[in-house]
Amino acid sequence: MATPKLILMNGTSAPQAQPAGGNVAQPATAALKLRVRDVNFYYGAKKVLHSVSLDVPPNKITALIGPSGCGKSTFLRTLNRMYETVPHARAEGDLRLDDEDILTMEVTALRRRVGMAFQRPNPFPKSIFDNIAYGLRVNSSHSRAALAEAVEGSLKRAALWDEVKDSLHKSAYALSGGQQQRLCIARALAVNPEVLLLDEPCSALDPIATAKIEELLFVLKDSCTIVIVTHNMQQAARVSDQTGFFLLGKLLEVNDTRTIFKKPARKETEDYITGRFG
Amino acid sequence: MSFRDVWRKSVNIVMFSLTGLATLLTVSVLFFILGYLVWYGGSSVSWNFFTKLPTPVGEAGGGMANAIVGSGKLLLLAALIGVPVGLLGGIYLAEFGRGTFSHFVRYTADLLNGVPSIVMGIFAYTIVVLPMHHGSALAGSLALAVMLVPIVLRSTEQFMRAVPVSLREGALALGASKWQTVATVIVPAGFRGIATGILLSLARVAGETAPLIFTAGGNNFWAQGWNQPIASLPVMIYNYALSPYEDWHRQAWAAGLVLLAFVLIVTTGSRIILSLGFQSPRSG
Amino acid sequence: MATSTTTLERTPRPGRRGRLHAFIDHLRNGDQIAHLITLAFAASVFLITCLLVYELWATSVLPRHKFGWSFLVTSVWDPVFEQFGALPFIYGTVVTSALALLIAVPLGVGAAIFLAELAPPRISDGLSFVIELLAAVPSVIYGVIGIFVMVPLLRRYVEVPLKAAFGYLPLFKGPAMGVGFLAAGVVLAVMVVPFILSISREVLLSVPVDQREAALALGATKWESTWKVVVPYARTGIMGSIFLALARALGETMAVTMVIGNNPQISASLFAPGYSIAAVIANELAEASSEMHYQALIELGLVLFAVTIIINALARILILTTAGRGTAH
Repeated sequence: MATPKLILMNGTSAPQAQPAGGNVAQPATAALKLRVRDVNFYYGAKKVLHSVSLDVPPNKITALIGPSGCGKSTFLRTLNRMYETVPHARAEGDLRLDDEDILTMEVTALRRRVGMAFQRPNPFPKSIFDNIAYGLRVNSSHSRAALAEAVEGSLKRAALWDEVKDSLHKSAYALSGGQQQRLCIARALAVNPEVLLLDEPCSALDPIATAKIEELLFVLKDSCTIVIVTHNMQQAARVSDQTGFFLLGKLLEVNDTRTIFKKPARKETEDYITGRFG
Repeated sequence: MSFRDVWRKSVNIVMFSLTGLATLLTVSVLFFILGYLVWYGGSSVSWNFFTKLPTPVGEAGGGMANAIVGSGKLLLLAALIGVPVGLLGGIYLAEFGRGTFSHFVRYTADLLNGVPSIVMGIFAYTIVVLPMHHGSALAGSLALAVMLVPIVLRSTEQFMRAVPVSLREGALALGASKWQTVATVIVPAGFRGIATGILLSLARVAGETAPLIFTAGGNNFWAQGWNQPIASLPVMIYNYALSPYEDWHRQAWAAGLVLLAFVLIVTTGSRIILSLGFQSPRSG
Repeated sequence: MATSTTTLERTPRPGRRGRLHAFIDHLRNGDQIAHLITLAFAASVFLITCLLVYELWATSVLPRHKFGWSFLVTSVWDPVFEQFGALPFIYGTVVTSALALLIAVPLGVGAAIFLAELAPPRISDGLSFVIELLAAVPSVIYGVIGIFVMVPLLRRYVEVPLKAAFGYLPLFKGPAMGVGFLAAGVVLAVMVVPFILSISREVLLSVPVDQREAALALGATKWESTWKVVVPYARTGIMGSIFLALARALGETMAVTMVIGNNPQISASLFAPGYSIAAVIANELAEASSEMHYQALIELGLVLFAVTIIINALARILILTTAGRGTAH
């Protein structure tokens, strides 16, 4: 290998020299879950992300906000390389998960460690049980009992167990939209990801279902690191620990959430937050 | 109202009436065909027709059991050869195929679909019949299989593409590899469409006669094996209809009715299954 | 911007061992294998076509060498003396197909206009389903209906009156026997109407609404907007559907074989019996007496294949250029 890499045990990483300058907020400790430096992204010849750098500390919620088309969803999809389903899409730069290079990792291993839930709930046309067990089954074989246990555990973590425990073998399509979205989060949780990516998970949901998901996030951050893309600024302010603001493919500003919403450093951020455009 | 306006209005009415008449004529053909088949063939469709072998000329009774079973066997073998090729090729086009090669395959399949069935018969004739020196079930099945391939290929591709992208992403995001995604999510989600496509293709080749005449041949008895000539319903209809015997004509009508009923029932059934629609996740 | 030692080395290239490792990883999770297997099957569609062309070409060597191009333009077909000229069959195929289009085009396009422009969507869809069923009716059944029902009717109610009125024209000379070019043309017409109809309807439906509205807003009657705006807009696609129908008609075998009379002669009269390429192959290939005989029949197949492939290719291009975008696959 050309780059000497420090591969450490799960969850810890070596203290590393942080790049100085730039617009990256420096967290107090150097133990980062995700460390992104100078990421550029292209759809064919069109450049849609310009030199984005971001640190994501473990067990925190990082929110990404910005007007639609600003590149926040694209950025999220570089973190588990979901962009690879799009032909001619290409990411360049240094993306690290616990100091391992995301771009050269085996992609299925990466996605097992970095789970994702999408804008619209996308349960498979299978039973609730089979939906949750899907990730476990494709990754390795499990005994029946182990599967049942894992399914129950994931549904409990996603606060869905009490609502569905009697209908585990019914079609997932019978659930309401909010339940379906929590099912999709439970499905992602079943493989015990270290990071959970959420791409506007509440945009198709009503306020009550949204509140349930937000509650869920607070509980989940004890066990994993969450990155959430949202166009709802109140949501970002409510749930996140740090917030990044995207505009025209650039990460203009990132800081802890309170600072961003109280005293943004950039004029554009302030304009967006106060609703002057977007 | 000027004369010109009256003229224009009349043209409007007359021309649209003519198009309506054209529609009526075309649509009524199906009912004429059905009517004639039921009228002339209905009375000859009996239990014996399905269970007895053909009788020699002049002897009453007899049926087409061997032809019905023969058609079934030909279709079965054709499906065993042709469906996997079409299915996997279709999966390639839908999942892996990008760029010129897949366009090329797609276009070739469309052209192959337009090749007259008798030419497919010649193909099987040169490959199987010439070396063996006689017709066989294998040769007939090969001709039908080659016809199945492009139809199954295109319909499989189409129905797999109809599976929502979100399902694909859901599976990939859980760390499933591409083929796991295809095998465990996309094919099951598109299963109904894919299966209907296969059924429709079988219905289409079930009535093929031309490529069977000189490949599968004919046989008035039960076929002895896959490498022997075998009777089939369409070829039987052809031979009986062109025979000089009144009795055989009746049998031909009856066989036509059975064949058409099979084709129409499968086609209609597939349509109904499809129109029930794909399940899709509830939104909001 | 943020540059550091790590960013300079951001995409470490795997060395030889790394690459091997990555390839093995790939194989292990099966994607490459699945890709290769399905690729092989997709490619086999192309290979089948190549093999088909090769077989047709290689198994028609004898007559090609012996007769050359005269195979296509001479009219003696004599298996006993091994003289083979295909002209009567080519003539019969062309005449019956032309006759079929002459009848089927107005019928099919007219009905397509009715279904696309006038009929309420529900009725239009229902009738289109009937048309789809009609296209699924096996050719041998058209043949049975043709020989037992249509031929006698045609003789009594069409041929005899035509003869009485225009008997002096070469087109209607000779005895009215029922079977012959006219019967084959009519059966073919009935068989190809569904193809013209269903594709033309789709093409017409894909014409943007604003085209119609623009014409109507200028005071055109519905027919004027249809005939002068919508149909010209869809012209290429309709042409494509007609080409597709032509390819069908040229290669159609059973129904033609049963009603054309199977007599290899070139006659100006529509009432005379004739023969077609597909019909002679169906009738003679099973009991071809000599190698030259079956090879001559296969050369006929080659001619049929070449012509239908070219017409089909044209039709697909025409249809794709108008209705392409997702509808007319």
